[in-house]
Amino acid sequence: MPKDHGIGASVKRREDIRFLTGQGRYTADIDLHKQTYAYFARSEMAHAKINKIDTKAAAAMPGVIAIMTGEDFVGMGGNPAGWYIPSRDGAAMKEPKRPVLAHGKVRHVGDAYAIVVAETLEQAKDAAAAIEVDFTELPAIVNMAEAVANSANRVHDEIDNNVCFDWGWIEDNRAAVDAAFAKAPHVTTLELVNNRLVPNAMEPRASIGDYDAGTGDYKLYTTSQNPHLTRLLISAFVMGIPENKLTVIAPDVGGGFGSKIYHYGEEAAVLAASKAIRRPVKWVAERSESFLTDAHGRDHVTRIQLALEKDGTFLALRTETMANVGAYLSNFSTATPTFLHGTLMAGPYKTPLVYVNVKAVFTNTAPVDAYRGAGRPEATYSIERIVDLAADELGIDKVEIRRKNLLTPDMFPYTSPVGLVYDVGNYQATLDKLIELGDLAGFEKRAAASKAKGKLRGLGLSTWIEACGIAPSHLVGQLGARVGLYDAATVRVNATGTISVMTGAHSHGQGHETVFAQIVAERLGIAESAVEIVHGDTSKIPFGMGSYGSRSLAVAGSAMVNAVDKIIAKGKKIAAHMLEAAEGDIEFADGKFSVAGTDKAKTFGEVAFSAYVPHNYPLETLEPGLDETSFYDPANFTYPAGAYACEVEVDPATGHVEIASFTCADDFGNVMNPMIVAGQVHGGVGQGIGQAMLENTTYDANGQLLSASYMDYAMPRAEDVPFYTVDHSCNTPCTHNPLGVKGCGEAGAIGSPPAVVNAVVDALQRGGYKHVTHIDMPVSPSRVWSAING
Amino acid sequence: MTKVTMVVNGKSVSAETEGRTLLSGYLREGLGLTGTHVGCDTSQCGACVVHVNGKAVKSCTIFAQDVAGAEVRTIEGMANADGSLGVVQQAFQDHHGLQCGFCTPGMVMSSAALLAENPKPTEAEVRHYLEGNICRCTGYHNIVKAVLAASGQDIAAIPAE
Repeated sequence: MPKDHGIGASVKRREDIRFLTGQGRYTADIDLHKQTYAYFARSEMAHAKINKIDTKAAAAMPGVIAIMTGEDFVGMGGNPAGWYIPSRDGAAMKEPKRPVLAHGKVRHVGDAYAIVVAETLEQAKDAAAAIEVDFTELPAIVNMAEAVANSANRVHDEIDNNVCFDWGWIEDNRAAVDAAFAKAPHVTTLELVNNRLVPNAMEPRASIGDYDAGTGDYKLYTTSQNPHLTRLLISAFVMGIPENKLTVIAPDVGGGFGSKIYHYGEEAAVLAASKAIRRPVKWVAERSESFLTDAHGRDHVTRIQLALEKDGTFLALRTETMANVGAYLSNFSTATPTFLHGTLMAGPYKTPLVYVNVKAVFTNTAPVDAYRGAGRPEATYSIERIVDLAADELGIDKVEIRRKNLLTPDMFPYTSPVGLVYDVGNYQATLDKLIELGDLAGFEKRAAASKAKGKLRGLGLSTWIEACGIAPSHLVGQLGARVGLYDAATVRVNATGTISVMTGAHSHGQGHETVFAQIVAERLGIAESAVEIVHGDTSKIPFGMGSYGSRSLAVAGSAMVNAVDKIIAKGKKIAAHMLEAAEGDIEFADGKFSVAGTDKAKTFGEVAFSAYVPHNYPLETLEPGLDETSFYDPANFTYPAGAYACEVEVDPATGHVEIASFTCADDFGNVMNPMIVAGQVHGGVGQGIGQAMLENTTYDANGQLLSASYMDYAMPRAEDVPFYTVDHSCNTPCTHNPLGVKGCGEAGAIGSPPAVVNAVVDALQRGGYKHVTHIDMPVSPSRVWSAING
Repeated sequence: MTKVTMVVNGKSVSAETEGRTLLSGYLREGLGLTGTHVGCDTSQCGACVVHVNGKAVKSCTIFAQDVAGAEVRTIEGMANADGSLGVVQQAFQDHHGLQCGFCTPGMVMSSAALLAENPKPTEAEVRHYLEGNICRCTGYHNIVKAVLAASGQDIAAIPAE
């Protein structure tokens, strides 16, 4: 009988009730007294010199209260990059200022140059259209190869060749890698594109600035995955508002997938405008603004090579990647293609020598940053595609080439050639589970059935690992991170025994309110209904780093567990006094403090009450109250891993691809709520299928975004995907956090794209189209058809 | 400005509108019914689906003035009289058919409309009907499962969890 509550139970989500009844409270749902409405005037050109912005006529329009332009923000700081990446020759990273509103030049379509505030949104929009601009259009820099080659055109005048950095990892290993290639019996080479994506959280970004002239306090309601980081960036870098005068509230947030990690200029603009007019200023993005201005994801152009023995043993791997960072550096844009990508290039394999080179390139396009998986999908896609291609070249079975090269359980902890230490794993176990669950043995029979229908069936595999819950702070600091990567929790026991847990993690779909309550309740032996999870408000929660990179449970969850353990430790002291026993004799289990070997006991509630009404209490040695905070800085990343199989049916007449099945065998360590974990995998795989088959962000040569709405950007819909078979029974618990957990939020998006593309190429190879060795994502019907007929 | 009156969730209501006010704006700003969400500008995402005279309609695609006098039902009107979740809502909770909750109101309204038209849909029919509702979180697995469960059909064959 499965558990119905506590750790490991598929407890239904408590937050669902408000979402299912229309009672969710997203930023756009919040209206404040005397609120005004903001609309941003945005560049229609990808690259232009701003000669003059004339707001006089617009300011005289009905209902207009204020208009501010880039000129009004020149005294403010720039929105910084969070990670310093030097070039391999030692040159410093190029960090152009990212202003609140464009000043001097506009650098991508959608770059905001003015904020218009009016009594109604319609009035603000009408006035924005009346702003007169005098821009001199400049050549747009869109293609990365041209950006690097053509030094006359510069996104930022001071940056030669538009290169932010040219990074080598690990530079000292380069010669050894090249030497291994020089004498390798076989070298497989692949050039590929990791297609640019728009994260597309269903809730568009929104921000409300509310300045209180009486106290000088600012409040920002915003769609953020990490309100404390947003506050820090606004306070310390952009606006200089002291942190204790700024509260950032991220209420219900409708998905993030990375795009809401970052601080955006609109947040500072509504705060500044609110101060200027002494009224709240509300802005809600339209979807077209999301497409134009949310940080995009991926956009790598990569050449990868794998050196092998003739028997398929991997000898060395090297890559050269150009990573698009867009027009400005978004907060984690420099970490994503480097330490979240290069460090993953050994994958789950024993490859002894690996070298990665990444050039980050400025272009006149929206900033590019972490999107679900962030660097790790790009690494995994490159590795898993070249493994398949090498297997085809050497005539080796695709299960066998993986099995031959996978790390074995006896090799952990394993120091990879790109600098990570994998603590634990069993990659054979997930591969074996996949073979069983996906009935790989029955593939030929299914392929024959497909053939009878005129379809080509293909099987694609992906054996992947990822590194998430990025840590520890001192190590990432040495590598260039400008933030700590711990998290925090406060566990407050109230006088009547209910619990308030204030967490630095932020839930925007992950179900923290349910899962965190399961964990705290089980550890304290009390009812889940007595535990409330508080998140998203910097005036209530301790300084945590929010949720991204599959870190909530492994990092913030560990802080929460440690805070609970401090509560229990203090409770034992109180109980010892109440029970007139030695502290060492007090045991805590099932919500009771008892004296070992006796029936003397106090309930958790009785101890809590005593802490707040300390009449019979050791006041001389112990403070009253029961309220503990823990900051947790992990010793290492966690390393989830898994094996995925995708089966497709390709119609060779049209190039149409249908996903026949998708099977996942994952290792997430200990699982707290299987229902939620499976849901995270479903969602990640859905996004991975979207990347592999449908989604593509396309700028034309002038820097116009051609895919700027759901009419042109193909989001996966219910008909595009199958039911997924998922499993997470092959668990190797994380060795260094108290719950033994690994992240699960990004896995699906990391592991799935290569499985899809491998399946399509496999189908065509089996169908006799031997010339098709690779198709770039998305594998649309036209690309597949063209490949077949190429 | 014109005063527009209609019946929303069984109650007669009215609010001032401009000619360009969409039904979604009328519900959200005019009546404060913020359960109806706006997720795109192109009538593609379906977060704003409500029922107008019993039919599923994208409320961002229709002017409030054009549905004056209509019977409108929104997500706020889908619970049972005693406040408990309605059948479709309950199935979404039971089967984890939502994560961030933003697309959920539209998904529930579309699913309820489907089941009113077609009480025992196949998996393919559910997927086809929900083509106009985009979800970025769930990969649709548990949404489709929830709709099939709400129809009273056996879902034992769908992969667990």
